Amino acid sequence: MSASGFALRLAALTRKETRQMLRDRSNLVVGLLLPITLILLFGYGLSFDVRNARVTLVLDDPSPTARTMVEGLEGSPYLAPAWAPSMVEAEAMMRAGRTDAILRVPADFSARLAAGDARLQLILNGVDSNTAASIEAYVQGALAIPAQKEADRAGGKPPATGSAATGSVTLVQRIWFNEAAESTWFLVPGLVVLVMTLIGAFLTSMLIAREWERGTLESLFVTPVRPMEVVLAKLVPYFVVGAIDLVFCLLAARFLFEVPVRGSLAVIVAASFLYLIVSLSLGLLISAVTRNQFAASQLALLTSFLPAVMLSGFVFDLRNVPGPIQAISQLLPATHFMGLIKTLFMAGDNWPEIWRACAILTLYAVVLLALTGRLMRKRLD
Amino acid sequence: MGPMVDWLARVFSLIRKELQALLKDPSSRALLLVPALMQSLLFGYGATYDLTNVPYAVLDQSHAATSSRLLAHLDGTGVFRRVATLGSSGQIAQVIDDGDALLVISIPPDFEARLSAGQRAPVQIILDGRNSSTAGAAAAYVGAIVAALNQSLGATPAITIERRAWFNPNLESRWNIMPALIAALSMLQTLLLSALSVAREREQGTFDQLLVTPLTPLQILIGKALPPMLVGIVQSTIIFLIILFWFQIPMSGSVWLLYLGLAMFTLASVGIGLSISAVALNMQQAMLYTFMLVMPLMLLSGLLTPVRNMPWILQAATYANPLRFGVDLVRRVYLEGAGLNDVAFDFVPLLAVAAVTLPLAGWLFRNRLS
Repeated sequence: MSASGFALRLAALTRKETRQMLRDRSNLVVGLLLPITLILLFGYGLSFDVRNARVTLVLDDPSPTARTMVEGLEGSPYLAPAWAPSMVEAEAMMRAGRTDAILRVPADFSARLAAGDARLQLILNGVDSNTAASIEAYVQGALAIPAQKEADRAGGKPPATGSAATGSVTLVQRIWFNEAAESTWFLVPGLVVLVMTLIGAFLTSMLIAREWERGTLESLFVTPVRPMEVVLAKLVPYFVVGAIDLVFCLLAARFLFEVPVRGSLAVIVAASFLYLIVSLSLGLLISAVTRNQFAASQLALLTSFLPAVMLSGFVFDLRNVPGPIQAISQLLPATHFMGLIKTLFMAGDNWPEIWRACAILTLYAVVLLALTGRLMRKRLD
Repeated sequence: MGPMVDWLARVFSLIRKELQALLKDPSSRALLLVPALMQSLLFGYGATYDLTNVPYAVLDQSHAATSSRLLAHLDGTGVFRRVATLGSSGQIAQVIDDGDALLVISIPPDFEARLSAGQRAPVQIILDGRNSSTAGAAAAYVGAIVAALNQSLGATPAITIERRAWFNPNLESRWNIMPALIAALSMLQTLLLSALSVAREREQGTFDQLLVTPLTPLQILIGKALPPMLVGIVQSTIIFLIILFWFQIPMSGSVWLLYLGLAMFTLASVGIGLSISAVALNMQQAMLYTFMLVMPLMLLSGLLTPVRNMPWILQAATYANPLRFGVDLVRRVYLEGAGLNDVAFDFVPLLAVAAVTLPLAGWLFRNRLS
C-alpha cells in the first residue's frame, strides 16, 4: 500500500517537473542544442593536428644543394613554406605574427656540408608550444629525406672523424588504439563526459535553489510527499534529456566522426547512465546547499563543470600533473568515467577497469542522493 | 557646467547602487574573487601538455652495451620512469591496456649485431594512443634521445638542425595557456554578471521603476555596463598577478597596452552580456543563454587548440568572437612584447562587437517590456 502511494506521488511529481522543464525553452536550448553544438565543434572544430604551418625560408647560401634541401619542405602536407629575401624581413614577419617558424640556411652551409658538419637554423614562435613542437618534428621529418640523399651521394664515404662504418638506430613507432594519432578520436569520447556533466551542472543545479527562492518548496512541505520523492522526481526528466544526448553523442561518434567503438555498447550505455545519475545528483546537491540560483550556478561551474574539462584527463594528460592536483582529480567522478569511456571507445572491454570505475560511480551516486535527500527534509528557517 | 555634472552624478549614483548590489554580502564578494583565484592556481598546475612523467616498460632482447646505453639515456631524462621489464612480447598488451605504461620500448635480439655490421638497427616503440597528443609528444622525445645516441655513435647525419624558440624558450605549454586565462576566466564572470543584471531586476520588478526615473537609456546602459567591467578587470588583475609572481612567467610587453586591450575586450563581453540580459525574461534564462554562448566562445577562441587548425568556415566564425582577439592580444602583449602596431588589428573586431551589442542592449532595455 505504501509502495503504491510512493509510485503515485512520484509519478505526479515527475509529471509536474517535466511540465516545468518543458515550459521554459531555455532548458531545452541548454539540454539539447548545446550538446549538439559541442558535438559539432569538437568533431570538426577542435584539432591539435597542425596543418599548413607557415614556415619562412631564408636562403643565405645560394647554392643548388641548399635550395634542394629546403625544397623538401614543400612536399610536406603539414607545412606551407614561403620564401623571404633576408633574415631581417623574416624576423619582422615573425614579430607581426605572419609566420610560425623561420628556417635559415646559413651562408657557409655547402662548405660545411662537404666537411660533414652542416647546420640549419630553425626559429620557432614558441607562444603556442604544442604547434611549435609539431612544426619542429615535421621540419625534421621533411629534411630527413634530402639529407639522406645528400649523405648517400657523398658515397658511403666514412664520416670525417669516424674510423669504421657504424650503423644507426632507427625508431619504428606504433601507436595503439589510435594508429593515425588523430586528436578527434580522443576528444569525442571525452565529449560524452562533458555533455553528461553540463546537464547536471547547468540544469539540475538550479532546480531546488529556484524553488527555495520562489518559496514553492515550503508549500510542497504541507503535502504528504517525502524528500526522496521530490529528489527523484526532479532527476527523472533531466535523466531523459541526458539519455537523448547520449544517443546523439554515440551516433555522431560512430557515423559522423568514425571513431571506433571497440567496447560493447551495453557497457558504454550502462556506465554513461551511471555517471549521468552522479552528475545530476551533484547538481541537485549543490542546489539544495546554496538555495540561490546565482550561487548554485557558480558553484556548479566551479566544482563540477570546469574541473571535468580541465582536470579529468579530457585534454590534459593527468600523468603530467603534479601530485596534489592528481589527488584532487582522483576525487572527481568525472576522472573515473573519463578513463573508462576512453578505454571503452578505443581499447575495448577491460573488465577490471569497468568494475572499478562503476563501483566508484555507484558509491558517488548513492552518497550524493542520500545527502540531497537529507538536506531536503522538511524544515523551515 | 551644471547639466553635465548633473548627468554624470546620475550615472554615478546608478553605478554605486549596482556595485552595492554586487558586493553587499560577504558570500557574494567571495563569489567574485575566490573562483578567479582558485581557477588560476588549479589550471596553472593542471593545464599542461608538457611531459613530466612517462611510465614505460622495456622488452630488451638484445642485452648489449648499446641497448643499455639507450635505456640509461631514457632514465636519465627524469621524465621517463621504468615501471616494468618484460620477458616476452606477449606481455606488451597487458601493460599498455591497463595504462601502467604509456609506451613499451622493444629492442630485438639482433640489435647489436646489426649496429656493428653498419646496418640500420630498428627499435620499436609501442604507444598508448588513448591520448594522442601525449603519445605524439612521448614519441618525439624518444626520437630526440635516439638521435642523440646516433650522434654519439658517430653515425650522425651530416646536417643538424639548431632549434631556437622565441618568446617561450623552453616551449612550456603553461606559458601558452596561462596568459590566455587572463582574458578567458574573467570573461565568464563579466558575461554572467552583466547578463544577470537586468534579468534580475526584471524578475524582481524593479527594472520598470528604473525606467520611470529621469535616467536616459544611455545613462542606464553606462550604469549597467561599468560595474561588471570593473569586476572583470579586477579578476583579470588577480590572474595576471598570480601568473607573474606565482608562476613567474616573464611579462615582455607594456602593462598599459595589456590593460587597454583588456578594457576593450571586457567592454565587448559586457555588450554581449547586456544583450542577453535584455532578451532574457528571468534569471534562469539569462544564465542558461550565457552558458549556451560561453562554451562555443571558449572553444573557438584558440585557448585550447589553435584557430589555424580549424576548418575555414569556423575560422571565419571566430571573427565575431571577442575572446579570440582577447586571447590573441593578451598572449602577444604578454609573451611577445608586441606593441600597439602589432596588435592594432585585434582591436577592430572587439570594437565592432561592442559597437553592435551595446546600442542593441540599450534599445532593447526600452523596447522590450514584458
